[in-house]
This record gives sequence, C-alpha cells and structure tokens, in this order.
Amino acid sequence: MNIIRIFKTVFLIDFLTGLLIAIKESFKPKKTLNYPFEKGKISPRYRGEHALRRYPNGEERCIACKLCEAVCPAQAITIESTAREDGSRKTTRYDIDMLKCIYCGLCEESCPVDAIVQGPNFEFATHTREELYYNKEKLLENGDRWENVLAANIKADNPYR
Amino acid sequence: MEYIVLLFSEIYKILYVLIPVLVSVAMIVWLDRRIWAFVQKRRGPNVVGPFGLFQTLADALKYIFKEIIIPASSNKIIFILAPIVTMTLALISWAVIPFSEDYVLADINVGILYIFAISSLGVYGIIMGGWASNSKYPFLGSIRSAAQMVSYEVSIGVIIINVLLCVGSLNLSDIVLAQEKIWFIIPLFPMFVIFFISSLAETNRPPFDLPEAEAELVAGYQTEYSGMMYAMFWLGEYANILLMCALGSILFLGGWLAPMDIPLFNIVPPPMWLILKILFLFILFALIKAIVPRYRYDQLMRLGWKVFLPFSLIWVVLTSGYLLYFDLLPVY
Repeated sequence: MNIIRIFKTVFLIDFLTGLLIAIKESFKPKKTLNYPFEKGKISPRYRGEHALRRYPNGEERCIACKLCEAVCPAQAITIESTAREDGSRKTTRYDIDMLKCIYCGLCEESCPVDAIVQGPNFEFATHTREELYYNKEKLLENGDRWENVLAANIKADNPYR
Repeated sequence: MEYIVLLFSEIYKILYVLIPVLVSVAMIVWLDRRIWAFVQKRRGPNVVGPFGLFQTLADALKYIFKEIIIPASSNKIIFILAPIVTMTLALISWAVIPFSEDYVLADINVGILYIFAISSLGVYGIIMGGWASNSKYPFLGSIRSAAQMVSYEVSIGVIIINVLLCVGSLNLSDIVLAQEKIWFIIPLFPMFVIFFISSLAETNRPPFDLPEAEAELVAGYQTEYSGMMYAMFWLGEYANILLMCALGSILFLGGWLAPMDIPLFNIVPPPMWLILKILFLFILFALIKAIVPRYRYDQLMRLGWKVFLPFSLIWVVLTSGYLLYFDLLPVY
C-alpha cells in the first residue's frame, strides 16, 4: 500500500468527497414528477383504457364485424350481434375483460371504423374484480366522456398510420 | 393518597420525556426518507400534511389496522415478545438522557453504564425475533446482527472509557458539565469518528445494515413480522438511532451546552441545543445512508475487531498517559 492510499483511508477522504457531492446534489432540481398533482406527457398513441366511439349524430360506430374479437391475442373481447329493424348490423353485447387484456392495441388497429379505441386514461384501478369486466354501456360511456381527446389523438396520429 | 400523587407525578414525568421522543421518532423517519430522496433527486413523502410531515403517522395508522400474521411454525410467545422487547429497550434508555441541567428523568450516578447495559440487551429483541420466526432468513439475519452488535459494542465501550477518563464520573450530567471549557470532540476527535461509525453499526444502519440486507436476506429478522409488530421493530430501531445520536452529542458535542458563552447563544434554551446537535448527527446518519454501499460481512468484522478496537485501545493509553503526565486527572 502506498502512502497516498493510507492517507486517504485514515482521513476518510473518499467518504467526505462523497458526502460533499451528496449535499450538493440534494439542492439540485428534482428529476421526478409530483405524480398525483402533475402528470407526464402522454403520446397520442398511448394505449390506455378502452372506449367505444359514436358518430357525431349519436349512432354507434361499431358494425359488429368482430375483427377485434378475432385478433385479440388474450381473447378478452366477447361480441354478440343481431340485425336491427333498419337492417344494419349492431352489437347486442360488447364485453372486454380488462383483467385479461394485455393492452397491445391490436383491437384498435384492426377496427375498420375507428369504433374501439384505447384512450389516454390509465387511472382506472378498482376495488373489486367485477368492476373491471367492462360491458357495452361502460365502454360507450367512456367514449362519450373522452370523445374530444380521442378524436384529437386519432387526428394527430393519422399521418403515421 | 400520597402514594397515588407520587405515582401520577412520576407517570407525568415519564410521559413528559416519552411523548416528545415518540413524536420526534415519527418526524425523524420522515426526515430520513426525505433526505434520502433529496440526495437521489427525488421528492420523498410530501403529500400528507405540510411537506409530508404526517406521513409517518399515516403509515403508523396503516400498520395498526393491518392484520398481524403469526407463522404456524413459530414460537408464538417469543415471537410476540420480540418486538415488545426491542421497543421497550429502545425507549427505556431515554430515562437517563439529560436534556438540560434539571430536565432529566433519572439522574443516576451510573447513567452511562445504564445506557450501555440496556443497549447490549437490545440484541435480545433481534435474536428472539429471528429465532422465534423459525425460518431461514430471519434466523441468518438475527445471527449476523447479534455478531455485529456485540463486536461494535466492544469498541464503543472502549471509546466511552476515553471520555470517562477525562470526566471522572459516570453521570451523564457530569459528563456534559465537564465539557464547559472545551467539547470533547476537539481533543478526542478520532474517537468521535470511531464512535460515530460504530454507532452506525450498532443501530444496523447502512453501510452496516447486513441484518436487513434485502438482496440476500429479504428483510432479515423482520421478514415474518407484519402489522403493528413490524411497526414496533421499526419504532425501536429509530428510537435507538436517536438515542445513539443523543449519546454522541452528550459524550462529544457538549450535550445541552451552547457552542460559545455569548448572549445570542444563551437565549436559546438548553434542551434546544441538545435537539439541534441530535438533529445534526441524524442528518449525517441519513446522508450516509444515501451515499454508501453495504459492507461485506468479513469487512465489517475486520473493521470492528482489527481496526477500531486496537485503535481505541491505543487511544485509551494515550489519553490516560497524557492526563497522568500533565496531572490533569479529574478528582471526584
């Protein structure tokens, strides 16, 4: 062992340098977000909570083609459909098991009419499992609530599709 | 009647020391987490109450309402007793800590020996917890911690001998009063450094937190504990850290004495000075937690037995030789 190393060990030089750096660092601006009060930026492509959209005249977009049900790798989507009086094909049941869903975005990708989309909301934790078995009403309600954001996101992402 | 009055006045006195200690333990946990976060450029707990000050109270409330799980294969009586022992022993030592000349619960003549005896007993809580859990990780954790605490207590004892040689009394108030001219940190600076590092090891703080090395031992002796019992271990641990800071400030930093005898410093009440010194030492504790990596077990043992013990023994010889040669030995 050379002299310098002994000197450094005895007088805890490295340790004191570290302490000084620590004190200096602790006064620098924080790198983390103050989460519940400020949130990070989310991309327009963000794959969060699902929603079923409507046309501006209130008509459901979904045509019950069942492409999303077919493509869903986790088989989280269940669709039943019938013909309505005016002859158009509509869903009678549209369930998503949010616990099975892996949030891959394939349903959104496969939808020919932009009916099922994944919105920017990721804060939908619940107290029970049952609350996460979404049915058609819940999904449509989500769509109504987030429509402005969803439409803006789809428009923003359109050039890259 | 007289007996009851005496009883209640004693209980009042005890609460007068105990409640501030418990509240400051809660605050110190918050401070610890906050400093740790600040060094890592995080925010730390800042939501509950002003600056997150009530975070610990919220945590404690959560622990109270959680279920206590007692492992089926454990020795139930000892398992339940272990956290109680840890917490009681951590709080009981505060009886002899002098906050000012007349603000001390028990002004006994062998205060330092009392603290030393109690903190040695502190190992039992951990050993009992680890042994009674009847599971691998708590067992290994408690063995480690017992070996660690025993070996560092030896060097702490020798360091205390240094101070006692300069004071000539085992009473903590006398130790503080002996520092009126000069704090012992100046003549005994190397001893202060070793005392500080040993007290880190004694309270199982990083870099000596081997008993709870989460990468190897899950949570050491606390692994099987949950709910309020875990919270009691936690409380005892922090009360112990606070006690070690208090001991450090009484032995080396002049306890409740102001740094200089000037009017500005004399306005501040004496207990405030002690609290400030404890706070200073605790902030050092917290900063060290944030910057150091954990020691390996053999390094820990080497540091305790091969470096600190001989060094402090040599320093005892030096101190006593110096005091004898210049005829400075205190007379009591």
